[in-house]
Amino acid sequence: MTDQQINSETRLRLYRLMRECRELEQRAYDLFMQNLVKGTSHLGLGQEAVAAGFGAAMNADDYTFCTYRGHNHTLVRGVAMDAILGELMGRECGLMRGKGGSMHLTSVEHGVMGSYAIIGAHLPVAAGAAWSAQYRGTQQVAVCFFGDGTTNIGAFHEALNFAVIWNLPVIFVCENNKYMEYTPIEAVTAVANPAADRASAYSLDPILIDGNDVELVYRTASEAIARARAGKGPSLIEAQTYRHGGHSRADPGKYRPDEEVAAWKARDPLDAHRAKLVEAGVDEETIDLIDAQVMSAIDEATETAKASPPPPREIAYIDVWADGGVEWRC
Amino acid sequence: MAQMNMIQAINSALDVMLERDQNVVVMGQDVGYFGGVFRCTDGLQARHGEHRVLDSPISEGGIVATAIGMGVNGLRPVAEIQFADYIYPGFDQIASELARIRYRSDATFTAPVTIRSPCGGGIRGGQTHSQSPEGIFAHVSGIKTVMPSNPYDAKGLLISAIESNDPVVFFEPKRIYNGPFDGDPEKPAQSWASHAKGEVPEDYYSLPLDQAEVIKEGDEITIVTYGTLVHVALATAELLGVNAEVIDVRTLMPLDVMTLQKSVEKTGRCLVAHEATRFCGYGAELVASIQQACFWHLEAPIERVTGWDTPYPHAFEWSYFPGQKRMAAGIRRVMEAG
Ligand SMILES: Cc1ncc(C[n+]2csc(CCOP(=O)(O)OP(=O)(O)O)c2C)c(N)n1
Ligand SMILES: [Mg+2]
Repeated sequence: MTDQQINSETRLRLYRLMRECRELEQRAYDLFMQNLVKGTSHLGLGQEAVAAGFGAAMNADDYTFCTYRGHNHTLVRGVAMDAILGELMGRECGLMRGKGGSMHLTSVEHGVMGSYAIIGAHLPVAAGAAWSAQYRGTQQVAVCFFGDGTTNIGAFHEALNFAVIWNLPVIFVCENNKYMEYTPIEAVTAVANPAADRASAYSLDPILIDGNDVELVYRTASEAIARARAGKGPSLIEAQTYRHGGHSRADPGKYRPDEEVAAWKARDPLDAHRAKLVEAGVDEETIDLIDAQVMSAIDEATETAKASPPPPREIAYIDVWADGGVEWRC
Repeated sequence: MAQMNMIQAINSALDVMLERDQNVVVMGQDVGYFGGVFRCTDGLQARHGEHRVLDSPISEGGIVATAIGMGVNGLRPVAEIQFADYIYPGFDQIASELARIRYRSDATFTAPVTIRSPCGGGIRGGQTHSQSPEGIFAHVSGIKTVMPSNPYDAKGLLISAIESNDPVVFFEPKRIYNGPFDGDPEKPAQSWASHAKGEVPEDYYSLPLDQAEVIKEGDEITIVTYGTLVHVALATAELLGVNAEVIDVRTLMPLDVMTLQKSVEKTGRCLVAHEATRFCGYGAELVASIQQACFWHLEAPIERVTGWDTPYPHAFEWSYFPGQKRMAAGIRRVMEAG
């Protein structure tokens, strides 16, 4: 797929999705600062192009598997903003009514098969979901997002092998943001490109892309998804990107050199895409209007979430087992 | 003596042991250059070198297993698993290899590994950052399982764990890293600064790995607990005006049944409390051991106060956490029975 083949509607959609991600996470951060969100959160600020590029390329019934850094991946699948903010705030309107929180956003209705906080856990799960799609003949594809640090746990390697031996419609997307939590990935990894350099071990093509170029992500995603749907098997994609902030809410990210942070901020995926749109003749007002619409949608979602009551305590006991709660077992 | 919080006490234990024994090495995710997610290894790499304080990749199975291998050459590795919730990828190596290697090698291959890991709730971590899996480890023969409730014990017990010729899983209740917590989240956070157990010798000392401690003497009821709930138990008994004897188990395996027995024979009433889920929780072992030793002295059934048999629900953290209200209800049940 060449540049020209991405139509202008999609280009604007990519922009809108990224803007939604950016502003929703900024809002989540503000709500943390106001103590309306308790606990921690892991933001994908700076990494929006990966979520948006894939989100735009996926069908409504495809599966997303993501990590604790999963707000963006959840949002781009069409999950309502108030349901996401409500979950962060532990409100009745939250996606899982407060039972999961920021790190476990799940919306099966939207194909979001969960956010996983144990490193690597979801990779083989995604392979299994892809197998089920293949078995049922549904044409669904599973897309599984994870970080660079995740390539060093066994589950990564097990999942790739499963995907290849069963020729599964699954796409593994490594968002290489250069750090695990506080340690640079190269300090603990045998290869320079943690995912791409391992691809050959599983007879996969190495795919290494600029994860801040949303159109490139979109094209790469579209190709891999088409391959998977055509029964041509899995892909492993490494998208190079960077988180603007720290690993989690409490982390100022001081272990990263200032110049490195500045250099990556200068490559902000939103700024880059906006410049590209303008260059292609889109007028600034059109883009500003998108920005304004996104902001008002977020303001509205924030108010809805704030107005939502805390969930009833009874729900904390139920759904531990298929037949209900814990009482009779105590 | 210095005044230390639990993080500083643990750091001091590691520092002292790295200094004393060239066979001690420290490893784990972010423990080196960064100094650990909770700062327990802060400064250790700078002082003792990159060859002795190692940054690990995210590979819990690999971390435990390489530590086992290091152990065979007589080293004493101290591995950090960043949160107890991340220990499961390493559990196979702990249960299948680490715990059994002495037995099945006829005591020719021993691996005196220490695995440290922060555990427990109270920091709004949700279901994957709040668990208390100590019972699962205490259940595995061949390892020792420890959980301190204060800085002084943390240092002394960690040093003993490192010196132990058995593998030790050492759980650190992260809610009380910076100060004791009596179970009331509305109160301002307390610190260890004015607490007697925050007074910690800077030098080497060790505490036995098989002795419970009577934290407070009393004659009406024995509350047997460990970790964060020690502080909840103390506060609740005081609030109720019940003269409770509060015992901190400290070492779950080996369990000091004698100390428990002596107390329950005196009080005739007993409450067992922990934050972990109830069913097959460590409390079940405590109840069984105590009733067997003290059956003829008991005036009431032994009760348990525990976490719910559910995952830790994010929005209901303070309902799940066995705080003063549930502790009080448990004490009353025991006091009013019989
Ligand atoms: C099994 C396991 N070990 C350790 C952790 C702690 N942890 C949480 S995030 C993280 C870093 C992950 O790095 P990476 O895969 O690069 O993802 P990123 O956070 O950069 O998106 C670690 C080590 C965990 N959640 N699970
Ligand atoms: Mg990373």
